[in-house]
Amino acid sequence: MKVSRRDFLKTTAAVSAATAIGLSVPDNLKAVAAETQADWRWDKAVCRFCGTGCGIMIATRNDMIVAVKGDPLAPVNMGLNCIKGYFNAKIMYGADRLTDPLLRVNDAGEFDKNGKFRPVTWERAFDEMANQFKKYYSELGPKGISVFGSGQYTVQEGVAAVKLVKGGFRSNNIDPNARHCMASAVVGFIQTFGIDEPAGNYDDMHFADSIVLWGANMAEMHPVLWSKITDRKLSRPDWVKLVNISTFRNRCSNISDIEIIIKPNTDLALLNYIAREIVYNRPEAIDQDFVDRYCVFATGPVDIGYGMRSRIDHPKYRPGELDTAAREASKTVTKEEAHAWSSLGIKAGSTLRMKNTKKPVKHWAISFDDFKKGLEPYTLDFVAELAKGDSDESLSEFKDKLKKLVEYYVAKDRKVSSFWTMGFNQHVRGSWVNEQMYMVHLLLGKIAQPGNSPFSLTGQPSACGTAREVGTFAHRLPSDMVVFNPKHRKKSEKLWKLPEGTLNPVVGSHYTKIMRDLEDGKIKWAWVQVCNPWQNTANMNHWIKAAREMDNFIVVSEVYPGISAKVADLILPTAMIFEKWGAYGNAERRTQHWRQQVTPVGKAMSDTWQTVEFSKRFTLAEVWKAHKINDKVTLPDVMAKARAMGYKDTDTLYDVLYANKEAKSYKWPDPVGKGFLNSEAAGDKRDVEGFKGYGFFIQKYLWGEYRKFGIGNGHDLADFDTYHKVRGLKWPVVNGKETPWRFNADYDPYARKANTGQFAFYGKALKAIAQGDLKGPRKELEKLKLPNKAKIFLRHYAEAAEIPSSEYPLWLCTGRVLEHWHSGTMTMRVPELYRAAPEAVCFMHPNDAESNGFRDGQLIWIESRRGKVKSRINTRGRNSPPKGLIFVPWFDERVLINKVTLDATCPMSKETDFKKCAVKVYKA
Amino acid sequence: MPERREFLLKTFKSLGLAATGGLAWSGFIEEGRSAPLILRPPGALPEKDFLASCIKCGMCVEACPYDALVLAKPGDSKPVGTPYYTPRTNPCYMCRDIPCVPVCPTGSLDKTLVSEKGEDGELRLNINMAKMGIAVIDREICIAYAGIQCDACYRACPLIDKAITVEYTRNVRTGKHTIQAPVVHSDACTGCGLCERACVTRKASIFVLPKEIAMGQSSERYIKGWDEQDEERMKEATEKVTTQTPRSGRKALDYLNDEL
Repeated sequence: MKVSRRDFLKTTAAVSAATAIGLSVPDNLKAVAAETQADWRWDKAVCRFCGTGCGIMIATRNDMIVAVKGDPLAPVNMGLNCIKGYFNAKIMYGADRLTDPLLRVNDAGEFDKNGKFRPVTWERAFDEMANQFKKYYSELGPKGISVFGSGQYTVQEGVAAVKLVKGGFRSNNIDPNARHCMASAVVGFIQTFGIDEPAGNYDDMHFADSIVLWGANMAEMHPVLWSKITDRKLSRPDWVKLVNISTFRNRCSNISDIEIIIKPNTDLALLNYIAREIVYNRPEAIDQDFVDRYCVFATGPVDIGYGMRSRIDHPKYRPGELDTAAREASKTVTKEEAHAWSSLGIKAGSTLRMKNTKKPVKHWAISFDDFKKGLEPYTLDFVAELAKGDSDESLSEFKDKLKKLVEYYVAKDRKVSSFWTMGFNQHVRGSWVNEQMYMVHLLLGKIAQPGNSPFSLTGQPSACGTAREVGTFAHRLPSDMVVFNPKHRKKSEKLWKLPEGTLNPVVGSHYTKIMRDLEDGKIKWAWVQVCNPWQNTANMNHWIKAAREMDNFIVVSEVYPGISAKVADLILPTAMIFEKWGAYGNAERRTQHWRQQVTPVGKAMSDTWQTVEFSKRFTLAEVWKAHKINDKVTLPDVMAKARAMGYKDTDTLYDVLYANKEAKSYKWPDPVGKGFLNSEAAGDKRDVEGFKGYGFFIQKYLWGEYRKFGIGNGHDLADFDTYHKVRGLKWPVVNGKETPWRFNADYDPYARKANTGQFAFYGKALKAIAQGDLKGPRKELEKLKLPNKAKIFLRHYAEAAEIPSSEYPLWLCTGRVLEHWHSGTMTMRVPELYRAAPEAVCFMHPNDAESNGFRDGQLIWIESRRGKVKSRINTRGRNSPPKGLIFVPWFDERVLINKVTLDATCPMSKETDFKKCAVKVYKA
Repeated sequence: MPERREFLLKTFKSLGLAATGGLAWSGFIEEGRSAPLILRPPGALPEKDFLASCIKCGMCVEACPYDALVLAKPGDSKPVGTPYYTPRTNPCYMCRDIPCVPVCPTGSLDKTLVSEKGEDGELRLNINMAKMGIAVIDREICIAYAGIQCDACYRACPLIDKAITVEYTRNVRTGKHTIQAPVVHSDACTGCGLCERACVTRKASIFVLPKEIAMGQSSERYIKGWDEQDEERMKEATEKVTTQTPRSGRKALDYLNDEL
């Protein structure tokens, strides 16, 4: 059969696409494909980078990835990609890829914290790692060790890690970099709906009439989704309204109808202004029936601190840091705060003592009248004056914009979708502002329907799929369960085949706290997986010093040498995305799997393999004895129960957690992997230190076991093989069907099952709360049960943890750029991306540059109370900050902006506010 | 940068030596006239005048804080000793104080071409007036035109939203996305080449060419009726109008008196 070049291209594309979704392909077409494709193989995968979850196809030849293409059948991107996605084929082959375990050693070849890195065998690496672990574990117990996890873990890696740390080591000190990314969104979901993740999906972008971006620079951070939103805008340019709300001008403003530049933290006031307009001036806009049937009103305390160290005179603070640090204990109430909090009777100039730093998440039900009273101060005049962020804009112009914004939300004939990312989440009141977003949508009844969608965009490829759903957080277990709930522990112990009482009920250290604990000598062993904590954590001078100068042992699993690897004691060379089997879950609840495409480079091995191999070095008797956690909690010795389950003292964690009977029932080879590698199950051609594979399909086992957590409780996932036939499915997947919109009986079987009419906010968490008034809960009132209801929170304006002063006159905001992913580890190795954005520059208003005597391209120092970095000025770039604010991206390890940033967090979510601190600038 | 200065001077000395050899000399002549694609520093006179006046002193090159400007060496296929830049590897960063121009001792780089009158009547340097070249896009290779979310050139442009804008159109293939295509505007583009450097295709699909090479020229006898600005071009429309084609080559009488 003769095939022209054009026909050939068409045929191969169609066949690879069709086979991947399990369609049958006529045999004559198959033959053509086989004949012309003999040389390479296409298989479906997912983009390595952001939370959008674009589908891609990978071409391999001779065990190398030679090309990628956007997957035309992937519903998210339909064959498109952004430029990071465009270079998926190049990310794995950087010249300085790490290929061997590297240990700091002295001249005698012994481990030495001050030694130089030298290649060692995996055997030697694990020996040292385990010795160090056991030393510190026996000294400090489960609290003394930690794992920095990731929203870029594959699902299976996350499962393997959480099982080892929580089930094996009985420690809750595992926390992902997703803490820095969407923890505030999670608190918003859990407190409002009782269940994590968005109700809607990306199709909302095609149905909405008003689209409002709140602290989401989608043009750069979610480019493919931005192209969906802008398509909706072009579909009815005069009708569809697009609003861009930000603290600086970004490229989303190009096609927006309104750009609203606000002062940092005033989004809190702006949302209350919208709610006030609805409640006071547009009550007809309230969907009264919806609110009555499906919502209650709630509020919480305002004196919750800023998530900094509770000890405000901590000896490790430098003197310059102490004034900001003191605000964790108390602050002077500003005129604006006093006005906003007038319903609480708090006066300007008074001292607000932060009494609720330990219980910031507490909340209680209030009446609608109280809710209304709380909103009263947020008038147009007050909010416009407070929030206007661009001093060159007139107040009246700004007010007009706010009025239009209200109109775009409330108009009955407008479906509204709101999108937000780090501007909301990385926020000292990030959980509040997420809840306020739902407040507006719930009041209007514009939620959980096509086009009516408050939508939390996610940054990382599996922040949802792994970090959140698997629960690789210090407080979480799979499927929205938590370690402090005995029923949840019991269920997890059963599914993980652990003796009852194994799991630790005390919440572990969150990401930033792991750093603080390292500095305090409370944690002395840390393992970094799929993240770069020494570049991504705010106030990093402290943490670098802690890693290098304290008594501890830091293991970093990495693919390229970066800052975290540089501060490590042991570096483990790690397989990258297409060198292993895996699955990611994107921001719209879509789970997508891929197969291992190629053999890893050098001696690199996957995170799953590393976790599993490490587990072999621990017998049950070593870890399942009694451990004192604190004065109240001692973990019981569970060995007797373990023996009763048939385990022996000498069994290793490997035997119990990974190579148990159930695991071995997942056979390899398996038809789903026919023709594909599985380095973990069967070893590979490299024969790395004689590793011949586990002999069973470990990734499928981990999936199969994990999946049981979600079945029947709203987190249902499909079986392993199904995901290899489809382009992802949005959970809950019930009877083989995905759920496009949750909580809506038209689309969600769980909402139908609840039998409460059109909607059911059926999440189970926090659904019995105290009742009270604006001042607090009233003990005499019984708890309010609110099954299938959502909470409309009253939350208030509060200023940031640190605000510009005469000494530090500018706001510093950090973030990303389109060309680079996170700390640049991968994208700075792609020549084209490196050239497109070779360094992180400091975006500044031209007047601020002029008044400081700076010219474009000049190197300046950016200095805060905590540290300083040099960067080049750019006054005419992609981002245009208003006067008084600078923006510096964090991808560039030569511009370590996190030396400057403040490690204040939302006290509820513990997510760092990377968007606000005070700095000064001067010539370098 | 004394080292750099020394290097430059050395280059010149060796150039002087080479100039005595016949072979090198003929190369010099050749390179002296064949460089239509060369990109000159801001404020350069038209190429003919520039070549006539530039004394190849290297002052502009020395003044460039980014080492973007270099002097043509023998073998570069450019007039030897004259300054130029190569956007793909080292573009012009469009310094606001244009350090390369005021140092020119001969006016080959003419301050007045990159200055505007302030309110006080004083001339002030304005790099945005530079016309070093113009960026041209190969729309067949540019991935943004295919719907990939790129626009690296746009974000690299120091005159973002003026020299390069993004044109949003619907992607009819998917029906759900936009194509966001970069478009260069010749009135604002200075030819700095930051776009060319940023371009992620293997060979840049946006690249800078001298304006006279890259751009067409519209007829001086037609003004767009819907475009007031176009009226400007009336200045070019002189009264001297005699058109000539092969058809009009012969005098009318000769033609008419010829046999049929």
